[in-house]
Amino acid sequence: MNKITHHLSDQLLIGYSAGTLPEAFNLVVATHLSMCDECRAAAQSFDSIGGALMQAQPTEDLGDAAFAKTMALIAKGPKVAAPAPAGIDVPDPLSAYIGGGLSDVKWRPIGLGVRQAVLKTSHAATARLLYIPSGAAVPDHGHRGTELTLVLQGAFRDKTARFAAGDVEVADEDLHHKPVAEIGHDCICLAATDAPLRFSAWVPRVAQSLFRL
Amino acid sequence: MQMKFNLVQQTGASNHQVAYAAFNSNAIYDQKANFRAVTQTTPKNTWVDHLKRIQTDQDQQAFAELFRYFAPRVKAFLMKSGAAPGMAEDCTQEVMATLWHKAHLFDPSRASVSTWIFTIARNKNIDALRKQRRPEPEELTWGPEAEPEASDVLAMQQQSDQLSQAMKALPGQQRELIEKAYFGDLSHGQIATETGLPLGTIKSRLRLGLSKLRQTME
Ligand SMILES: [Zn+2]
Repeated sequence: MNKITHHLSDQLLIGYSAGTLPEAFNLVVATHLSMCDECRAAAQSFDSIGGALMQAQPTEDLGDAAFAKTMALIAKGPKVAAPAPAGIDVPDPLSAYIGGGLSDVKWRPIGLGVRQAVLKTSHAATARLLYIPSGAAVPDHGHRGTELTLVLQGAFRDKTARFAAGDVEVADEDLHHKPVAEIGHDCICLAATDAPLRFSAWVPRVAQSLFRL
Repeated sequence: MQMKFNLVQQTGASNHQVAYAAFNSNAIYDQKANFRAVTQTTPKNTWVDHLKRIQTDQDQQAFAELFRYFAPRVKAFLMKSGAAPGMAEDCTQEVMATLWHKAHLFDPSRASVSTWIFTIARNKNIDALRKQRRPEPEELTWGPEAEPEASDVLAMQQQSDQLSQAMKALPGQQRELIEKAYFGDLSHGQIATETGLPLGTIKSRLRLGLSKLRQTME
């Protein structure tokens, strides 16, 4: 894999460690962490703040039977998680949401050759996969909230920089951008937004209401 | 508040020391030294031994001691994060049971015991309280035959301890901000990225650990 140059912000990593991000953001973070040891180490160091905090706070007493009840839970044995579907071409956390690999994604066209697939998460934010054909552009759009875009394959450019596999773009309200897939390879991204996108052109706005962009 | 906080610290530390004395025959247990140990950065990775005993011998005694120390902290964390007392109580029992069941996954070269328990409690909180799935990064583990080196374990436990000390030394306001971020009172946009904590050392240690892991995996 090429060297990752665009990383998650500390704000997002702290939110992920604290467990306060919406599920769709957690998915992008967990997928990036699977690809990036730099951010994984940072996330784990934020976990250790959580550990120190938990250890230092005033305690809450438990009921008298708490220990016995816990031993009873232990005797029942561990909850067996369903085996994760194999996703050879995407990191594990993402393949759990796709239910497999990229070939299992049910794409829907959203215009200009771009396709998307919305992944099922809690409603506080939306996660979707984007398929941008070589040379095509995602319609120019602004955001009301934060948008995270993680490149899984290929690369895209917008007015800020070039983003290749593993790179994540953290776009806030102010960024009005138009990602264009690089010539040569189709670009597949995992994106998450905590507010609906705003498109500048009229046609994509219709597409937006139709396809839940 | 400050008083109470100190008291908790002392209790926590003496638990550590009791365990330390009990399971390291060369450790000399002494009240005064014990108190000094709290203010200085003495390595105390005793809970690691407890976890190992649960891991290898299903040692209920070790689990009981761990429970006594950590369960009230897990419950406090869950309540501060918004769980009602009854729910926090139930979830705490599940967290502690998970600790038992997953003891074999604990890697002392990558986390302190309190950090590891925090992650279990946090995930339980997301699952039970926020009713969300929690996507986790791909698991990286030392293979069945490879084990973390003792020096890496010691260094990680020391640095976790130093982080706890640094946390105690933070000005009240800064500490409060961190607490707010971790107890769910701030959205990610409101989180200040500057924690004021010396995270550099622990982060580079974790980074080093990951490259070692990657090497053994290849
Ligand atoms: Zn990164």
